[in-house]
Amino acid sequence: MSNILIILGLPLFGFIFNGIVGKFLPKSIVGSIASLMVAIPFFTAFGLIGELGGNDQLSINWKAYTFLTLDNVPLMVSFTIDRLSIWMTLIITGVGALIHLYSTGYMKEDEGFYKIFAYLNFFVFNMLLLVLGSNFLMMFFGWEGVGLCSYLLIGFWYKNVDFGKAARKAFVMNRIGDLGLLLGLYLIFSNFQTLEYAEFSQQIAAGNYSPNLLNAISILLFIGAMGKSAQIPLYTWLPDAMAGPTPVSALIHAATMVTAGIYLIVRNQILFALSPFATEFIMWIGLATSMLAALIGLKQTDIKKVLAYSTVSQLGFMFVALGVGAYSTALFHLTTHAFFKALLFLGAGSVIHGMHHEQDMRFMGGLKSKMPLTYWTFLIGTLAISGFPFLSGFFSKDEILAATYTHGVIPYTLLLTSALLTGVYMFRMFFETFHGSYRNEKWDINNVHESPMVMTIPLIVLAFFSVFGGLINLPKYLSDSGALVNWLHPMLPIMEHHEIEHSEELILLGFAVLVFLIAFIYTRGVFLKKNTVPSDKETGLFSIMRNKFYIDEAYQLIIIRPLEVIGDLLHLVGDGIFLKFFTFGIHPILLYVSRLNKRIQNGNIEFYLLYMIIAVVILLGVNLIFF
Amino acid sequence: MNSLLNLPLPFLILSFITILCALYVVTSKNPVHSVLALILAFFSISAHYVLLNAQFLAIVNLMVYAGAIMVLFLFVLMLLNLNKESEPIKSKLWGIAATISAGMLLLVITAAFQKSGVAIYKGNAEDIGLVKNLGKVLMTEYLVPFELSGILFVSAMVGAVMLGKRESNSESLIDKSNS
Amino acid sequence: MQLLNIFNSLDISHYIYLSTVLFSIGMFGVLFRRNAIVLLMCIELMLNAVNLLMVAFSEYMGDAQANGQMFVFFIMVVAAAEAAVGLAIIVMVYRNTRKTDVSFLDSLKD
Repeated sequence: MSNILIILGLPLFGFIFNGIVGKFLPKSIVGSIASLMVAIPFFTAFGLIGELGGNDQLSINWKAYTFLTLDNVPLMVSFTIDRLSIWMTLIITGVGALIHLYSTGYMKEDEGFYKIFAYLNFFVFNMLLLVLGSNFLMMFFGWEGVGLCSYLLIGFWYKNVDFGKAARKAFVMNRIGDLGLLLGLYLIFSNFQTLEYAEFSQQIAAGNYSPNLLNAISILLFIGAMGKSAQIPLYTWLPDAMAGPTPVSALIHAATMVTAGIYLIVRNQILFALSPFATEFIMWIGLATSMLAALIGLKQTDIKKVLAYSTVSQLGFMFVALGVGAYSTALFHLTTHAFFKALLFLGAGSVIHGMHHEQDMRFMGGLKSKMPLTYWTFLIGTLAISGFPFLSGFFSKDEILAATYTHGVIPYTLLLTSALLTGVYMFRMFFETFHGSYRNEKWDINNVHESPMVMTIPLIVLAFFSVFGGLINLPKYLSDSGALVNWLHPMLPIMEHHEIEHSEELILLGFAVLVFLIAFIYTRGVFLKKNTVPSDKETGLFSIMRNKFYIDEAYQLIIIRPLEVIGDLLHLVGDGIFLKFFTFGIHPILLYVSRLNKRIQNGNIEFYLLYMIIAVVILLGVNLIFF
Repeated sequence: MNSLLNLPLPFLILSFITILCALYVVTSKNPVHSVLALILAFFSISAHYVLLNAQFLAIVNLMVYAGAIMVLFLFVLMLLNLNKESEPIKSKLWGIAATISAGMLLLVITAAFQKSGVAIYKGNAEDIGLVKNLGKVLMTEYLVPFELSGILFVSAMVGAVMLGKRESNSESLIDKSNS
Repeated sequence: MQLLNIFNSLDISHYIYLSTVLFSIGMFGVLFRRNAIVLLMCIELMLNAVNLLMVAFSEYMGDAQANGQMFVFFIMVVAAAEAAVGLAIIVMVYRNTRKTDVSFLDSLKD
């Protein structure tokens, strides 16, 4: 229990501490404390791996207290450390600590220095809450918390209104997904009377519930994942979220928060395994997303936007893996993706930092000689994501491709195409940024400098893992370890059922390598020439791709505009009629009525007498009739 | 009509006279005629009192109402010289309104009576209306109201005198009309 | 002295009708006449109608204490006082406006 307290409590403490007194402390202290608050949980978690080693001690639980009791079911604040959650914790705190370290250099000149570290720590806390919770309630707390932190961090430079709008967009889209998640939770609670993962999975496995119910719950939970992990149709917030500082993009929108959806589905593996319709749905959505995002990313000009669309596309990969039932493979790809995507984002941040906050790739180029460390680490990241043989990305992608192949040929082909496109746009970005001639007029090339050590050390570490990270889960043809999958097996009892012949697997491997080569050669041919100037404007299909297929505009027209109209209408009715009429409108009415009544008092005695008599008559009559 | 003719004759005649006089009171153009008709009405009402075994009240009615109050009215009429005044008649609309109101009242009260039960005649002692008995009741049960009515009279008297007093500054209208 | 068994056929209802008719006639007069003095006279007529009804009820209900007749007494007292004061007021009004028309007494309005 104390371990859990350390892991959860330290980031929270960092948040409170830096939030309150960080303003008055020197920047070095703020940065180091924040980084330590994430690094210490990492080492604690690392130490716990050994404890979870034997097959008998699979989890450490801590039931803290009962949050509330609903229908005689206690909903508890309780945490569990098992292999799945410890793995996620390692990723979160490990990559998180590196990014914290990086941020001390990147955000050095920013006046909100203490704020970002407070927010980052709070984010880590919420993310850990999400993965360490033992029931849906804690997960939901963490879910909402990371959504909040995402909003805070995207809109960090709040003085820019556009950034605020991007933050709001992220939050609202997240919320839409949360509605699905909440409905799923309600269904779970009302049908199974529990929100604990263990009890829930046991009940599903034991009894036979109607597939419609299970499919419904699965799809609702997936809708929540759609919002958080940026799948179609709720993905448009992620590119806009690049408005935040680069370390934020690295941490939240590459390595951790967007993976929460994957975690949710992996955690409820049994539910999804029994919902074939839902998993099919997930697979197709993942396919569509990865294709669409890859196409859009192919023609973007902002370095961070390319990486954002790349993230969406890779998340699509992971969801495809979930859709075909390869749960631990999805987790494997999540891990390797965290490594190289964080590396790529931090590298991009280094470039941006060196180019004095220039983000448009059309105004970069020829940076190889000026920023060698960044160059080499970035290259490693690009190779990893494109599937260069034996780097980490190669293994994880290949596993997913193999799993998809056993599911069907068409999905496999589509996914392979998406992998090809991935290679193309990544290398396009790489060559445009680092090769060719220097194309910037505002910032003299001599001022371009390499980043300080606090920023380059994380790059190196991440590059190391991008290269060797694949070793944790080698496929069967290389060695029989498949370590990660086996290690996670007790948690994810449904073993991948893909039995492919060795020969077929090798053929698939060959295709993957071929895809990489095609991408590399093509882009090298197109983009490597020294005199190539990237096109400023695109035409035709490429223009549509550059403009994100106009999907944002479509959303604005179809969804937002009608809602605004309805809102205006309601404003008119509610505010105008109910409020204004009943408060301001009564006055003229009263005046009019009183003016009518005034005529009765005309001083005429005869009238008064008549009124009196009529009143008496009426009184008597009413008395007579009704009583 | 049959039920009407079953009524005893005295009652019938007296009621007839009363109602006729009352109608003449409200419709006559000459105010003096109205006063005289009212006096006649009082006479017939006193006769009704006699029928109802309230002999003392009958005499008192005559003395007070017909004798004093109506004479007072006549005095004022003469004082104001309203002999053959042709007062403007109100518009027909008023007449209709007044008729309707009064008619409604009549209707409602009779309807109320119809709804309620009918009284059974319980006779009374023969000499209940004589002075002796009335006086006994007056002086024992109703002593306080009796005294209070005396005070009432005093205050009315004082008030009437004060109201009728002429202001020393204003000219009297009689002087004006004479000059 | 009671008249010859007159009440075998005479019911209280007849007296009620008579009294009500008289009352309504008086009410009509109040609404219809403009002369203030005649107005007061109609009021007197209404009062008398009520008196008649009181006495009739007193007789028919077997009132041993003649409460009805006593009440009539006091009604007469009040009527007399009211007539006196009312007439005094009318005289005053006549002095000021040279008319007894009540429709000219409308300065009570705003």
